[in-house]
Amino acid sequence: MSTVCDLLVIGAGPAGMAAASTAARLGVSTLLVDEQAALGGQIYRNVESHSNDADGVSAADWQRGAALVREFRASGARHRAGTQVWQLDPAQEGACKIYVTDGTQADVIRARRVLLATGAMERPVPIPGWTLPGVMTVGAAQILYKTGKHVPQAGTWIAGSGPLLWLFAAQALEAGGKIEGILDTAPRSNFAHALRHSMAALRGRAYLERGLALQARVRRAGVPVIKDVAAIEAKGEDRLTTLRFRVGGRWRDVLASTLLLHHGVVPNVHATRSLRAQHRWDGPQRCFVPVVDAWGMTSAEAYAVAGDGAGIVGAEASALRGRLAALESARRLGVIDEQRRDTEAAPIRGDLARHMPVRAFLDQLFAPRASLLAPADEVLVCRCESITAGRIRDAVRLGCAGPNQMKAFTRCGMGPCQARMCGLAAAEIIAHERGVGMEEVGVFNVRPPLKPLSLQELAALPE
Amino acid sequence: MNETAEAVVIGGGVVGSAIAYGLARRGVKPLVLDEGDDAIRSSRVNFGLVWLLGKGDGMPAYGFWTRRSADLWPEFARELKDFTGVETHYVKSGGVSYCLGEAEYGTRTEIITRMREQAENDPYEARMIDRGELIDLMPRVKFGPEVLGASYGPHDGHVSPLNLLHALHAGMKRHGAAYRPLTPALEVRPLAAGGFEIRTPKGIIATPKVVLAAGHGINPLERQLGFDVEVLAERGQILVTERMAPIGLLPANGVRQTAEGTFLIGTTNEEVGYDTSTTPRAGAAMVRRAIRVIPALAHARIVRTWAGLRTLTKDECPVYEESSQYPGAFLATCHSGVTLAAIHASDLADAICEGRLGANIEPFHSRRLKDQ
Amino acid sequence: MTRETVTVYVDGKPVSVGAGESAAAAALHAGLSYTRTSPVTDEKRAPYCMMGVCFECLMVIDGVPSRQACMVKVAAGMRIERQIGARELG
Repeated sequence: MSTVCDLLVIGAGPAGMAAASTAARLGVSTLLVDEQAALGGQIYRNVESHSNDADGVSAADWQRGAALVREFRASGARHRAGTQVWQLDPAQEGACKIYVTDGTQADVIRARRVLLATGAMERPVPIPGWTLPGVMTVGAAQILYKTGKHVPQAGTWIAGSGPLLWLFAAQALEAGGKIEGILDTAPRSNFAHALRHSMAALRGRAYLERGLALQARVRRAGVPVIKDVAAIEAKGEDRLTTLRFRVGGRWRDVLASTLLLHHGVVPNVHATRSLRAQHRWDGPQRCFVPVVDAWGMTSAEAYAVAGDGAGIVGAEASALRGRLAALESARRLGVIDEQRRDTEAAPIRGDLARHMPVRAFLDQLFAPRASLLAPADEVLVCRCESITAGRIRDAVRLGCAGPNQMKAFTRCGMGPCQARMCGLAAAEIIAHERGVGMEEVGVFNVRPPLKPLSLQELAALPE
Repeated sequence: MNETAEAVVIGGGVVGSAIAYGLARRGVKPLVLDEGDDAIRSSRVNFGLVWLLGKGDGMPAYGFWTRRSADLWPEFARELKDFTGVETHYVKSGGVSYCLGEAEYGTRTEIITRMREQAENDPYEARMIDRGELIDLMPRVKFGPEVLGASYGPHDGHVSPLNLLHALHAGMKRHGAAYRPLTPALEVRPLAAGGFEIRTPKGIIATPKVVLAAGHGINPLERQLGFDVEVLAERGQILVTERMAPIGLLPANGVRQTAEGTFLIGTTNEEVGYDTSTTPRAGAAMVRRAIRVIPALAHARIVRTWAGLRTLTKDECPVYEESSQYPGAFLATCHSGVTLAAIHASDLADAICEGRLGANIEPFHSRRLKDQ
Repeated sequence: MTRETVTVYVDGKPVSVGAGESAAAAALHAGLSYTRTSPVTDEKRAPYCMMGVCFECLMVIDGVPSRQACMVKVAAGMRIERQIGARELG
C-alpha cells in the first residue's frame, strides 16, 4: 500500500521540522519521514526528553529545538518515524516515487515534491589507528551524552578542530565528565586567514561570544589545550592504549583509553548525489554541496534541499532555510502565489542575514589542516573494505583519474557504508596525487539502496 | 602535443585492455586511449561469469571461440597473477542455470539439446542435472523446494571482472603499453600514404595500426575507418549483498557468490537506451527469484544496485574485422569481454599483431549481419 | 530527563540501560571492548559515529545479523551480540 502526499520532507532535524511545519500551516499535505525514533535530528536529538535542561551551555539550543517540535506537532503535518529512505526516483509526470522501509517491508511514497533535510555528518579524516576500538567521533560521544547523559571518563582525549569540539568539551565538563587534554589540529595560520572575514563576522557576534565562552570554560576547568598539533596517531593492539601526537616537530606519547576525533562537519550529500543533482566544490568548507537557488531548489526537478545538507550553516540558519524551501515548494504546488511567498519570506531572509556572515570566518578558523587530508600510505582510508591510502595512490598511478575507476580497482567504497566514510578522503588523495582540483576529480557515484536493505524487504515491495 | 605510437587501442575497458595487453606482451607497445572516470564502462558493471552456454546459438563458430577462451582462462589467470600480483579470482568451477518447476526444466532441456546438436563437436558438453545431483555438487546449499534441477556446464566458471580489468591495466603497463585516461579519440583520420592520425583533446597521435575497441564509443568513430557495425545498448541491473561466509555455491546466471563473499544477483535485459538507472520493480523481481532458489538469501542485505549497458551487435555475437578500405584499422566488439578476455589477449591480439585475421576469426566479420 | 530503564542482554550478560538509548550505546555501557570483527581483516572494531553513517556497529540483534546497532532503540529483553567476521547465510 503506498502513501501519497504533496510534499515529502526527509529528515526531522531543524530544517526538516521547520519546513514541514511551514508547509503544513500553508495547507500543503505534508509528510515528514525520519530514520530516528524521535524528532530532533542530530542537533536536537532526544529534545523532548531534555525540555527540563533549563541551565547549562546548551539550554538555549534545547529551547529552540523544543519550540520547533511544538510548532511541528501543532502544524498538522504527519510524521513517520523509524523510516529509512532507500531510493529516490526522479520526478515523472509530476510525481516522485520515494522508496522507504520500516526495517521489515519496503514501501513506496508518492509525493509531488520532495524536500531533503538530511543534514550533515562529521568529516571523516583517516589517521593511523582510527579503526581501533576506543576511537570514535566527538559527535558520537555527544550522542551518548544526549541520549543517556553518559560523559567521558578518565583517559579521554579530544583531537581535531571545529565548533562542535568546544561545545562538546564544555558540555561534558559541565556534566561531570573527564577530559585529559585537547589536541587542537587547526594550523596557527587559520586565525590570520579568518581575520579577513572578521568585519562580517562581527555581525554574528553571538556566535563568536559563545565560542569564546566555551573555550574559556574548558580552560577554566584545567583541561590542557595543546595548540597547533600537526599529526595524531592512535596506538594499541586490540584497542586504543596510547595516543601519539606531533607538536613543534616533536612526537609525544600519552596513555589514552578513548580518543574523540572531530574535523568539522560536511553536508550529507548521499541523497542528492543519488539523484545525480548538480554539485559544486565548496573550497572554504572543503566539501561538495548541491547547487541550489535562493529557495533551496536543486537541479533535480521537484527536489529541494535545506539545512546543512545544502552547505553548512548551523542549526538556526538551517531552520530558516527549511522555511524558505517550504515556501517555494508551496508556491510550486500552487498553494500560495509569488506575492504571498515573498511576503512570508521577507522576515525569514532578514533573520538569515544575521546568521550567515559569520560562516566565512568560522570556515577559515576551523579549516582542516592540509597535511591531515594526505594520510601516509599505510593509513586505512576505507574502513569497510580495509583499503589504505597507498592502494588508492597505486590505482592513480595506474591511470585511475577519479574515484569510480579507483573503486573498481581496489574495492575502496564498496562496503556497507557505501563510501560515506571514505568518499571525501579518497577524492582528496586522488586530487593531491594527480595535482588537480577536487571539482575535476569528482566523487563516487551513489547507487541505491541509500542504506542496506534485506532481500526480503525488497521482495515484499508492492508490485 | 603530437606523438607517434606503434599501435593505438581506442578503449580502455576489458576488450581494449585485453587486446592491448596481448599486443604489449608480443612487444608491440600500444597507446591506449580512454575516457574519464564517468565513462559508460560496461567492464565495471559486469556479473563476472566466464560462460559458454547460450553463446553461439545460430553461430557455431562463436561456441568454439568461447570454448577456446574458457580453455585458455586458467593459464591466463595464472599469468596475470604472476606478472601483476593482481588475483583475478578465476575459478573453473562449472556453472549452472537453475530450473524452477517442470516448465522451466522442460524448456531448458530443449535448449541444451538444440545447442548440442547444432555444433558438430559439441563445445559446451552441457547436460541437465536433477535436484539430487545439484545437492551433491553443492552439499552446503539449501535449495528451495521449487528447484527441480539445472543445466550444468563443466567449462563454465567465474572471475572478478574488476580485478580482471585491474590486472589487465597493470599488466599492459608493465609490458610497455601507455595508458591515457581523459583522452577520448575524437576523430580517426586514415592517411593517404597509409596509417592513421587520431585527434584527441590533448593532441594528435600518428600510428600505422589502430584498434577500435570502445564499446558504444565505436558508433561515432567507425565510419571514418570504413566500418559499419551498429553497437546496441541493453541495460542489465545487478544487486550485490554484503560479504557473507562462503557457502560453496557454483556460479549461475542469476546468482553467484564472489571470492569476497558478496552475492551478486542479476540481471535484466532491457532496451532503454543509455539510461543506467536502476528500478526497484526489477530489483524486487530478481530477488524474488533468487529467494526461490536459495531461501536463506532473504536475510542477506543488499548494499548496492547498479545498471550496466551491454554492448550488443544485432545477432549478439562478436564482430572482429579489419577495414577493407583502410588496412591497419581493426574493430573489435562483443558483449562477453570477460569470458573472451583470454582469447582476446592471445589469438585476437596475435592476429592483429600480424595484421591478418585468419580463418578462425573470419566468421566474425560483420558482413554476416547484412546477409540477415 | 527521564531515566526509565530496560534490561537487555549484551553477549548474554544482563545490562540495565536508559529506555531511549541505542543497542550500540548499550553494548558500550556493558563494557564490550569491541562490537564486531572486520569480515576483511578480522580486526576488532567498535561503534565510531553513532549516527548511522560508519557501519562499524553492525551487530547481531535478536538473532538478526548486520543491524546498525546505533540505529536500533533498545527494548526489554533485547539480545545484542557481537558479529564476528562475515556473517553466515543461515
